[in-house]
Amino acid sequence: MSRLSHQNVELAQEIISRYPIKKSALIPLLHLAQEQDGYVADDAMAHIAELCDVTPAEVVGTCSFYEMFKRHPTGTYLVNVCTNISCMLLGGEELLRHVEDTLGVRHGGTTDDGAFTVEDYECIAACTEAPCLQVNYRYFPRITHDEFDELVADLRAGKRTDIPPHGTLGRVRQHIPAAKLAGVVPPDQVDGAPVWLANSEGEAANG
Amino acid sequence: MTDTADTAEGIAITVNGQAVEARTGELLIDACERNGVYIPRFCYHPRMTPVGMCRMCLVEVDTGRGAALQPSCMLTCAPDMVVETESDLTKKAQDGVLEFLLINHPLDCPICDKGGECPLQDQTMAYGPGESRFVEEKRHYEKPIPINDNVYLDRERCILCDRCTRFAKEVAGDPLIHFQGRGNGTEVNTFPDEPFASYFSGNTVQICPVGALTAKPYRFKARPWDLEEVESTATIDSVGSRIVIQSSRNKVLRYLGVDSDAVNWGWLGDRERFSFEALNSELRLTEPLIASGEGHRVTTWSAALGAAADAIAKTPASRVAAIGGARLTNEAQYVWAKLLKDVIGTDHVDAQLGDGLPADLVLGLPRATIADACRPGGTIVLCGPDPKESLGALYLRLRHAVIEDGATLIELTPRSTGLSALAAHTLHPRPGELGALARALVAGTTDDVAGVSGAAIGAAHQAIAAGGPVTVLLGRASAAESAAVVAEAAAALSNIDDVGFLSTLTRGNVHGALDMGLAPGLLPGRQRLGAGIPRGWTSVPSETGLDSTGILTAAVAGEVDALILLGADPLRDFPDRHLAEQAFDAVDTVVAVDTLPTDSVAAADIVLAAAATTEVAGTFTNLEGRLSALAQKVTPPGTARPDWIIAAELALALGGDLAIQSLDDVWTELAAMSPVHAAIDPAAAAERDGVLVTGTIDYTPVEQGELPAKDAYALRLVSVRAMYDQGSSLAASPSSAGLHREPVLALHAADFEKLGVSAGDEVSVTSARGGVTLAVQSDPGVPRGSAVMVSHLGGPDPYDLIDTTTLVTEVLVERA
Repeated sequence: MSRLSHQNVELAQEIISRYPIKKSALIPLLHLAQEQDGYVADDAMAHIAELCDVTPAEVVGTCSFYEMFKRHPTGTYLVNVCTNISCMLLGGEELLRHVEDTLGVRHGGTTDDGAFTVEDYECIAACTEAPCLQVNYRYFPRITHDEFDELVADLRAGKRTDIPPHGTLGRVRQHIPAAKLAGVVPPDQVDGAPVWLANSEGEAANG
Repeated sequence: MTDTADTAEGIAITVNGQAVEARTGELLIDACERNGVYIPRFCYHPRMTPVGMCRMCLVEVDTGRGAALQPSCMLTCAPDMVVETESDLTKKAQDGVLEFLLINHPLDCPICDKGGECPLQDQTMAYGPGESRFVEEKRHYEKPIPINDNVYLDRERCILCDRCTRFAKEVAGDPLIHFQGRGNGTEVNTFPDEPFASYFSGNTVQICPVGALTAKPYRFKARPWDLEEVESTATIDSVGSRIVIQSSRNKVLRYLGVDSDAVNWGWLGDRERFSFEALNSELRLTEPLIASGEGHRVTTWSAALGAAADAIAKTPASRVAAIGGARLTNEAQYVWAKLLKDVIGTDHVDAQLGDGLPADLVLGLPRATIADACRPGGTIVLCGPDPKESLGALYLRLRHAVIEDGATLIELTPRSTGLSALAAHTLHPRPGELGALARALVAGTTDDVAGVSGAAIGAAHQAIAAGGPVTVLLGRASAAESAAVVAEAAAALSNIDDVGFLSTLTRGNVHGALDMGLAPGLLPGRQRLGAGIPRGWTSVPSETGLDSTGILTAAVAGEVDALILLGADPLRDFPDRHLAEQAFDAVDTVVAVDTLPTDSVAAADIVLAAAATTEVAGTFTNLEGRLSALAQKVTPPGTARPDWIIAAELALALGGDLAIQSLDDVWTELAAMSPVHAAIDPAAAAERDGVLVTGTIDYTPVEQGELPAKDAYALRLVSVRAMYDQGSSLAASPSSAGLHREPVLALHAADFEKLGVSAGDEVSVTSARGGVTLAVQSDPGVPRGSAVMVSHLGGPDPYDLIDTTTLVTEVLVERA
């Protein structure tokens, strides 16, 4: 996979324009690249470097720091099985083994059809729901082996439209109404409370 | 390390029970070190921003709220601070930090190049636990990985101190290495398949506190305890960076940068750092040679010197000429100047090869130092070659001045440079019209001049008119534009109030050569010919001689019979190669004194093998006029001799006697005859920062003359140099030889349509002198109407096109 598409470059320019320093747009642009290809390709990072006036090494530095950016092709569905203490005590490791057996790959691997990637994951902050796993960061609490098989069948059958492919951030792109913008004012021109604070206070009074 | 700290009043603090005075704004780690208390550290480096990464410098500090451990590299001294660097708590912290660092650091010291000079090894011995409680498996990585052609990375040895990555970003401005991954998996690396292509990468090896980064030319060559070292000066360019020469068994193995506050701040360009390889090259000339048939045969020194003396003796003095001398030490330059101008009696002597500036211009303008140019709040006018490509260590100083100290940079260059991104004003005049632009800049004209918009000139004028010190970096940006054009600009810029000029002539010790009189019309000590016969001399030439262009032109006209080359290679280095070739055909005898077999050496009748830098002691004069020591560390190969001894023996063979038996004799004589050297204490020159030679000569500006009307179909040629090319010394350094770019013709995209070419096309470039064929490339840094080529790349070369007798060289570009 490759550099950002023409459409995504336009979007990238719009994202970059939100920040006083281009480099600040790195993380949103890495998400954009991951949304395009399902992972962050090297070419995409080089392209982001060009767009943000930084070196590709700086982009890979940021990208590799964050667990959610994948630098290799990833299945349409990323299955993260927690095996930390609470889940482990309530069958997390057995669940992981079942997931591996069901999908036919070891954790860290991707199924041949490119549908599923399995990861042995650190705590996902759902200890009360152990054993727990995530599919594309959507929680499946206290999941049984049968429920997982059913989930796989549904995903393969395309019945779970509530779980978008890996890389998709959200179905509705962020849209900030003008009234909610921070309204950056140079320090020497500050006159009263910032726009967003005034709005919030108004809402609090109304609500 | 900031200069401002010296003047501020002290701050009383207590270190280990002793009262100590710190400077305002000084970091605790520096204040302690200055007062004799060394705090161990890995990440802290005095020339870079502190980051507090390694935690090794934790000390117990009480600022009135009770004692606590704080990193001393991140803590500015405050009044009444009480510091304990040897308390039990501090020792426990140091012990713990080292045990943590050694969890992942391999104990491969016996096979690690850093072993013996490793801060981690040394500090573990001094402050560490001695034993590790860690019994698990350490990290393993593929090893070593080359991060560029000369630097290798062993990632498992890295302690993540951020020194190399900080250097790359902050100092060099090439952030091509970066931390990657996180936690236990953090490593330093490049982007996949994109090397750490920086001109300054070798500095990361020098500042790495462990053996993670090693330089290919030194890997597995020696152990630190086998090395002998001496402090000296780098001679490959005119910055004169201070270095340590390290050798083993009479062979130079490494140069390291030395922190000279006045010059290079400890940094070196890779070209400087690895330039010692040329000294050890098998190509070195080791014996005197004499022409025999098609080639040369080895001869004895007495035969070679005799043959040279015979050729010179039978030639009238006015028909003897000498070119070169920038490779020589100041002392050798003096002895050669005395031989040429006193014993032989010719003034046709020029250390520059038609790519420099008139000597009286460089010596006549008020001089500035690097520190003057880099003053906080000052203005720098760049009117010369790209410092990044030509004068690496100076580039780092300028970069720091603009980014950290708020200096304003104005570029008056024929194309963009490595500093353009930092420049407040970038003005690219049409070749030949630099003088007009400089006049407009000083006057504050709002009309368009030299192809530059009036608005841009006005804005730059405001920066100059705002007051504050202005330093002009004056040199020859393009060999295709006459020095007279630069002189015209210098005359205009000298009208700015409080202006100083920093020469950016680039060749090694060229400024020493000018000070020692290796230029037409000059005698040693910045004196003009005609001021009488200097003390210790018997005669001086009666008439002012010719410069290199004049010498070669006269040779073609049959007016020069004997040509002496002092480390000069006119066949490659003179901008008008056509003229140089004709001159070589015309002269009877060419005597070459050199260290490497250049094209000109191959064409010489007599070759005298010279000792190179590190093989001969003496002094060097850098572009500021700063005199600093050159040390001898090894002996010359074969029977190669120091240049000054060659001159003294040649004088004897000519029946003269220079009365110089030693380098001390040179200084005694120089002190007696040179007004600018009389007060110089040679012992002061031996100090790290050397000593400035001050004093100017009278200079009368000469007008450049009328520029020919621009041919509507022609482009004006711009000929620049790059850091890496096929110059003889770089070609003899394996680490640098392969790093040069491919030659291309760079044009502004707007000229493509006019010429009917597109990027990548092969085009023919033709001037009145000749023609070359090469690929054309679009370059936004080139102004419209100009055509930029880099010389010395080994292929199509602008030096095949340039006519040095004209102000500018125009070329026709057509699809080949």
